[in-house]
Amino acid sequence: MTDTLPRTGATVMPGGPAEGMLIEVRDGDLSTQDMNLNIGPQHPATHGVLRVVVDLDGEKIVRATPVIGYMHRGFEKLAEARDYRQIMALVNRHDWLSAFCNEIGVAIAVERMMGLEVPERAEWIRVIMAEWNRVLNHLMFVASFGLELGAITPVFFAFREREDIQHLMESATGGRLHFSYTRVGGLKEDLPRGFLAASAQMTKTIRVRVDEYRDLLTGNEIFQARTKGVGVLPPDVAIDFGVTGPTLHATGVPEDARVTEPYGVYGQLDVPVPTYTSGDSYDRFMVLLERIDASCHIIDQALGRITAGPINQKLPKVVKAPEGEIYVRTENPLGQCGYYLVSDGKKNPWRLKMRTPSFSNVQMVPYLLEGALLSDMIAVLGSVFFVVGDVDR
Amino acid sequence: MESLLNVDGFMFAAAVTIALKLALVVVFFFTVPLGVGYMEHKGLAHMQDRLGPMEAGPHGTLQLVADGIKFLQKEDIVPAAADRWVYKLAPAVAMLPAMFILVTIPLGPGLFAENLDAGIFFALAISSVSVIGVLMGAWSSANKFSLMGGLRAAAQLIAYELPLVLGAAAVVLQVGSLSLVDIVEAQADFQLFDTIRIWFFLPHFVGLGLFYVASLAELNRPPFDMPIADSELIFGHMTEYTGLRYAFFMLTEYAGMVVLSALTAILFLGGWYPWPGFDFSIVPFGVAGAAVVGFAATIGKILALTFIMIWLRATFPRLREDQLQRMSWLVMIPLALLNIVVVAIIKVVA
Repeated sequence: MTDTLPRTGATVMPGGPAEGMLIEVRDGDLSTQDMNLNIGPQHPATHGVLRVVVDLDGEKIVRATPVIGYMHRGFEKLAEARDYRQIMALVNRHDWLSAFCNEIGVAIAVERMMGLEVPERAEWIRVIMAEWNRVLNHLMFVASFGLELGAITPVFFAFREREDIQHLMESATGGRLHFSYTRVGGLKEDLPRGFLAASAQMTKTIRVRVDEYRDLLTGNEIFQARTKGVGVLPPDVAIDFGVTGPTLHATGVPEDARVTEPYGVYGQLDVPVPTYTSGDSYDRFMVLLERIDASCHIIDQALGRITAGPINQKLPKVVKAPEGEIYVRTENPLGQCGYYLVSDGKKNPWRLKMRTPSFSNVQMVPYLLEGALLSDMIAVLGSVFFVVGDVDR
Repeated sequence: MESLLNVDGFMFAAAVTIALKLALVVVFFFTVPLGVGYMEHKGLAHMQDRLGPMEAGPHGTLQLVADGIKFLQKEDIVPAAADRWVYKLAPAVAMLPAMFILVTIPLGPGLFAENLDAGIFFALAISSVSVIGVLMGAWSSANKFSLMGGLRAAAQLIAYELPLVLGAAAVVLQVGSLSLVDIVEAQADFQLFDTIRIWFFLPHFVGLGLFYVASLAELNRPPFDMPIADSELIFGHMTEYTGLRYAFFMLTEYAGMVVLSALTAILFLGGWYPWPGFDFSIVPFGVAGAAVVGFAATIGKILALTFIMIWLRATFPRLREDQLQRMSWLVMIPLALLNIVVVAIIKVVA
């Protein structure tokens, strides 16, 4: 842990002030101790109940250990005692910011096992809803990232937009956060009148508003000073940790399940995957902003191609998946969400394993925080996008 | 110049004078910061596309009074491991200096409690005492977040006291007096290149920039609010405080905004003069009328300057502590020293 100074007998404290300032430690004369600080589970910066135990040398983080599990609700076990219709309402809740995207993952798994064909209109509506949900999610993280860096205005702007989109989704699904709109084989009900026109209008509004965030934040010199070069994640490390989604795209790896393994009707659409190269907090934030634009682009395409028709398959009252197993991955707003479904032919799954993006993203926190300053911890935690419910499940 | 508040001619005149001055200082201390607080509520709200307080009083004007009453009712919690006496004393130590500064600040012609010969020196010296209260609160709270906030505040004060003092020193050098009243009067007659009547903000634009930025840092206002950075340190040195003691800390912040804005107005923006070279003899009702006009001008300038502080809060994210230190020691202090040298040369040559 120590290097030898040119002067005999003196040692260097590792993790001292960054720019080569040496603290001499002679035995017994001066010894400094790292301070142990518990950040969370109740702390304004960890949105949710993530707890990070950090060892601090001054303001510098020597070691950071995320402690998870404060929000473990046993979803995988609960799912074994529910039928598939009920599971829709359950998977809504592990990542509450990507409720609709979670739903279609489970629905696709069951449909593929049963060999069901989903009506085309339902597929288009699923795409539109999933992308609106993605915009909702990204707006939330744009807002909270600004707030954590001390910029209080973006949060109000982003929630204004979130409110509009939530009204739109509420008009179709009846829910603001937990939509429960998907059914195995289709959707709960058709869109209300005027939804498509309102969607088209909304994508225009959102594009304008995203430019406002760019003006407010990304051009700001303080914002750049706080985020550029902070929490740099190399692409190989990201892949080793299983990081996906915007956090991975910021490192320059364009892996996106909508493109590489298209589900639903994504294969017929042009899906832009914005990537950056340096993998720091700034790039992660930029990817997030550009993904909002990309989602608007996808919604516009889907609005042009949606057809009239049924939105549901006629199914028996109790849906049973045939015996077997399947793994389905979907591109959720925060990264790739996988459902591994094992069925023994009954109305409940025998096992439903969830692979959630937030869990993989949080694994990287110790890697990114080591050697960072306490203030950088906020910039890093805010930009390694995760939802604590999605980590603990 | 004599203070208008000096009464004369009867037995207890001296005592009445002191009581009058004290009362006015205290009233000013407890009202104007509330006005600024209301402006912050509403200004921030409208910049952020929302309404702000609307319920307490017409348009939410009594929100801060309601908050004060709420704080009064809260339990005064002292952490078990806290150093009780220091912990309890800290808010007062932080708050009183802001009140003491008001004693020297002239708000209009003759409208000041005391015209100290060393006015600006007294004001800046006593404003730094406030950080002792912050440190006391931070240390005695027995909370690691508080402690880090306190240490950041102390480091910040050391870094930013220098540009603050040096920015003011350049003005003092030009005027040749430390008295705040003299500084205002000097600006009334000052003519740039002997032609344009202008206040010191133009010739001293470097000093004004340094002084204003440094006063933001000294007040822990965004973008320099690292000591209380709520997303990192919960609330810095105030983390453990509740009720009235917490309210005192908050009042200190807003009073500090008022006081340092007032100093900025006096040093660079001509104090109580509505425009350069304004002739107070044209105002009706003699000295009383002049005092009212002067008071309005000063308050207007104070509110404008505090509004900019609020505006900055709505716009900027927070700097990092090391970036702040680097900015002070590598940019602002050398610039301030250079500014003094230039002012001194011009003073001697011209």
